[in-house]
Amino acid sequence: MGNILQGVGDALGLAIQLVLSGDPDLLEIVFLSLRVSLTATAFACLVGLPVGALVAIGRFRGRNGVLIVMNALMGLPPVVVGLLVYLHLSRSGPLGFLGLLYTPAAMIIAQTILIAPIVAALSRQVLEDLHMEYSEQFRSLCLTRLQTIRALLWDARYSLLTVGLAGFGRAVAEVGAVIIVGGNIDHLTRVMTTAIALETSKGDLALALALGLILLIIALGVNAAVQSVRMTAARQAYV
Amino acid sequence: MFGKTLMASAAALFLGGAAWAQDQSIIVQSTTSTANSGLYDYLLPIFQDKTGIQVNVVAVGTGQAIKNAQNCDGDVLLVHAKSSEEKFVAAGFGTKRTDLMYNDFVIVGPAGDPAGVGGMNDVQGALAQIADKGALFASRGDDSGTHKKEMALWGDSGFDPAAASGDWYRETGSGMGATLNAGIGMGAYVMTDRATWISFANKQDYAIQVQGDEDMFNQYGVIPVSPEKCPSVKVEAAQAFADWLVSKEGQEAIAAYKVADQQLFFPNAPAN
Repeated sequence: MGNILQGVGDALGLAIQLVLSGDPDLLEIVFLSLRVSLTATAFACLVGLPVGALVAIGRFRGRNGVLIVMNALMGLPPVVVGLLVYLHLSRSGPLGFLGLLYTPAAMIIAQTILIAPIVAALSRQVLEDLHMEYSEQFRSLCLTRLQTIRALLWDARYSLLTVGLAGFGRAVAEVGAVIIVGGNIDHLTRVMTTAIALETSKGDLALALALGLILLIIALGVNAAVQSVRMTAARQAYV
Repeated sequence: MFGKTLMASAAALFLGGAAWAQDQSIIVQSTTSTANSGLYDYLLPIFQDKTGIQVNVVAVGTGQAIKNAQNCDGDVLLVHAKSSEEKFVAAGFGTKRTDLMYNDFVIVGPAGDPAGVGGMNDVQGALAQIADKGALFASRGDDSGTHKKEMALWGDSGFDPAAASGDWYRETGSGMGATLNAGIGMGAYVMTDRATWISFANKQDYAIQVQGDEDMFNQYGVIPVSPEKCPSVKVEAAQAFADWLVSKEGQEAIAAYKVADQQLFFPNAPAN
């Protein structure tokens, strides 16, 4: 127990030291983590929100089946996604000619596939609940499907921000997919989670834990930024 | 409006990623020990200064490195499993295999040494004693170069550890570092290459128990991937890197790399 506490203490000290020193390698890794995961989140929202909205307001045969599949896909194992993307982007795979394997683009593709179902499934629930509330009003206004979706997405925008954050959280924290398609190449595709895995495998547990703490701080920062946007917007709405 | 900006910036970020892949860069599919021990951090800047070629290292187990190279996802293969490497070349995936450097394997164990193998230099005897006593042994179990070597040594010892898998014989299915972490956590003996061990930071009360058997020799080889099987290979840059490694300058650089005042890799490329 004493050992563990000391380990965490060491890691905390190291994390503070790393952040204060502004280590350029660390900044590069942090920046790439954010770039990859935020881009993946943006793409996942572009795909996931319309899908979630369509399923939320749609009444069609086999809808229950679609819901089950969407919800189950939230549990996609990152390693499996990584392998599937690897097999496609590998030089011997169907998309190998693009030369994307071991680049940040490959990592963005993998994370997008990983979190798009999360965005779709969670937004579907949010939008469906809202739709139930508004459905009579929508009907009285004779809105088209597109107008309905736009109204729902706009009205639910704050809840959907949380949905986006859930996706981002999953993306920035996963290691299984990006280590396969990115290769954890120094100065090219190394991100926070793969750096943590590498330091763990070198037995440098204090540094690994320190990087983990920094990753946690980054996640806090992104969440705080979103929260402040939300609060500013809410305040303006009530002026 | 906002949506368009978002899409544009997302596309910019994405494509920015693709444009990162430089022309004068090669990918080396490598075993982990050379990366984890810091050898590449020492060698690659020297090579890059000289030639301007950026070397990107993907460090995985030897088995996976060979598979990745067979899928044409690398320009150079640098691993340590001679028979698999020769098969790789014989199948046409590599142009030529060259001996690069060596070190040796060791068996590390807890200070208490439950199987009493400390100081032994007969590795098959030590393994037999570990099996006989049912002392915990953590194996890579991942088809890596180290794992292949370990299985060959078990074969010579006359014991089949697979029968005890899950009992005293624990296959982690992970890399060298992860297996060391797990083995040390459970008090098991672990076979590792010396370079990884010297540079490993989580040794706790572990020490080298078995070493010095010539059967524990660990040879590394370098192979440029063949452009005939893989047209995407950057032939010249790959050949330049392989040539430099086995040149006098490259060999001297390998010998000069030390951790804790100990030389980790001993160059032994044939003089040309």
